[in-house]
Amino acid sequence: MKFLGTKDYISTEDLSVAVNASITLEKPLLVKGEPGTGKTELARQIASSLKLKIIEWNIKSTTKAQQGLYEYDAVSRLRDSQLKDKKINNISNYIKKGKIWNAFELKDKCVLLIDEIDKADIEFPNDLLQELDRMEFYVYETGELIKANNRPIVIITSNNEKELPEAFLRRCFFHYIKFPEIETLSKIIEVHFPNIKKKLLDSALQKFFEIRDVPGLKKKPSTSEALDWIKLLLVDDLDPADLKVGGKKILPKMYGALIKNEQDIKLFEQLAFLSRNND
Amino acid sequence: MFLDFLIKMKESKLPVSLSEFLTFLDSLQFNIVEFDINKFYYLARTSLIKDEKLIDKFDIVFGEYFKAIEKIELDDVLNSLSIPKDWLEKVLSKHFTKKEMESIKSQGGIDKLIEKFKKRLEEQKKRHQGGNKWIGTSGTSPFGAYGYNPEGIRIGQDSRINGKAIKVWDKRIFKDFDSSNELDTRGFQVALKRLRQWAKTGLNEELDLDETINNTSKNGYLDITTKKERENSIKIVLFFDVGGSMDYHVQKVEQLFAASRNVFKNLNYFYFHNCLYEDVWKKNDRRWEERISTHDIFRTFNKDYKCIFVGDASMSPYEILVPGAGNEHYNHESGKIWLERAIKNWPSNVWINPLPKNYWDMSHSNGIIKEIFSNKMVSLNLKGLEEAMKLLS
Repeated sequence: MKFLGTKDYISTEDLSVAVNASITLEKPLLVKGEPGTGKTELARQIASSLKLKIIEWNIKSTTKAQQGLYEYDAVSRLRDSQLKDKKINNISNYIKKGKIWNAFELKDKCVLLIDEIDKADIEFPNDLLQELDRMEFYVYETGELIKANNRPIVIITSNNEKELPEAFLRRCFFHYIKFPEIETLSKIIEVHFPNIKKKLLDSALQKFFEIRDVPGLKKKPSTSEALDWIKLLLVDDLDPADLKVGGKKILPKMYGALIKNEQDIKLFEQLAFLSRNND
Repeated sequence: MFLDFLIKMKESKLPVSLSEFLTFLDSLQFNIVEFDINKFYYLARTSLIKDEKLIDKFDIVFGEYFKAIEKIELDDVLNSLSIPKDWLEKVLSKHFTKKEMESIKSQGGIDKLIEKFKKRLEEQKKRHQGGNKWIGTSGTSPFGAYGYNPEGIRIGQDSRINGKAIKVWDKRIFKDFDSSNELDTRGFQVALKRLRQWAKTGLNEELDLDETINNTSKNGYLDITTKKERENSIKIVLFFDVGGSMDYHVQKVEQLFAASRNVFKNLNYFYFHNCLYEDVWKKNDRRWEERISTHDIFRTFNKDYKCIFVGDASMSPYEILVPGAGNEHYNHESGKIWLERAIKNWPSNVWINPLPKNYWDMSHSNGIIKEIFSNKMVSLNLKGLEEAMKLLS
């Protein structure tokens, strides 16, 4: 089993090494990086390239680790007991399987994506240590031991909002997706828009990196913004010449896809003002 | 294997644990990377380093360690050629076809090959390039580097000759992430979040399942019990130095400001100029019209609040020590008295200084403030902020 990117996803050499290490040694891979650099997409692409099923667990600030394993619905059991329902005799009627359980009970190997783990409480990763390490957990209510049929490929993404605990990190492989360089980015765009004209691509990318390099931007446009922008350019069938900026025009056409922040647009207005004064 | 690499990493204070190192050695055995130094580097990075802030440091250590390996002389190779035979055989069998292995065997096996190799090294007196027998560069002999016989034994390859002299780790593309460098807003947030303390406060709004079950079974009817919700309980008072020598730092300080506003539920900020006196203000453009008495602030925010001063502490020493020496107005009491009152009011306090640490000693006032704050002064970078959070919590 080897991952080398797919026809829809350009994987850099370092990313492939990290993914393959995690697949071979059956340890989770922690992926960090700027928003929009394809962290979540990576898991989906691994699944599709290795023809495996993917189970996605999206973490929110209120998510508890236990929810990934199972939840015991005590309240409905309590209610049913008041209604004298026969169901209450079997406790497993009130146990709801979580995503990790789902992944463990699959017949074949699968990809388990734990998305944005940093959104959850600081203790969250610690609560999953044993489960991800040994790939088994215990259901106290029924006394069952749930063990993975096949150790899933675990991909964990983080946006760096919280530091993750040491003990957790030690058990993972780690990869930081750097913002792609111009060659990689143009490859990525060509994968998504195979019919794009070279000229348009070159001038669009040049503009894109110029915008990215402006110091003081609150939110730098990233890969997904670049893709959206180029899509808009293609839909409108624009010419490389249309991307020219200068004079009163401070940003290229369709910049709304790139700059999503009022303060950033103001910043560009100021820059244009300054450059006019210099002329 | 690579034990000195581990020791070197430990010496450079990279937090690499033994279990991670074993994982790394494990993964080498699985041949995820095969004799490709770049991939080897990537594998080492993904298995040993778990924080992008540390990658730069790792790159340096990796570079140093493998530079040392590249410097190994022919003699060293010769001396150390008592490599375990089965290991060499294993490596060779991976690269030679069956036929080739047989031909090696017919020539006397691995032992003979090594014997031959040693002999040739000794025979060879001068530098050699090309050809198919001698050890050197660009040849087809199984010994040497850059040859057409990539399966051969590689000796003393010098990166200076190599076209791609700049190694991946030498590019140091993760330099910006090193924590001793300046911070971005996200970095601030990450650091400030360390301060969060969860406490149960406020109204009883959350269903307390355990208690509900307990009470229900005790009472015999459905008895819903609620509990208080968990909330971040950290309360902060921030004082920003604006104007004068701080103008240069204003942008950086505003970053901290923007970041901290959405991290805490209870955060109060005030501006001052150079040193704390009897008044502060909340809006910079109305600083003369809308002033707030510092005494009022002491009264409003009790000692549960944590107090952070942000300023470069660069001013004339008189502005701190002498009454009436304030730079913009006449102050009846010295700045020192006001600062000491603040410290007394908020026992958990810290002064964050945006100036680089090596500039601190240049102004006398800096030392005075540092003394007033009993040395609780940190720089405005991730490391400093982490230190500050430790001092506050």
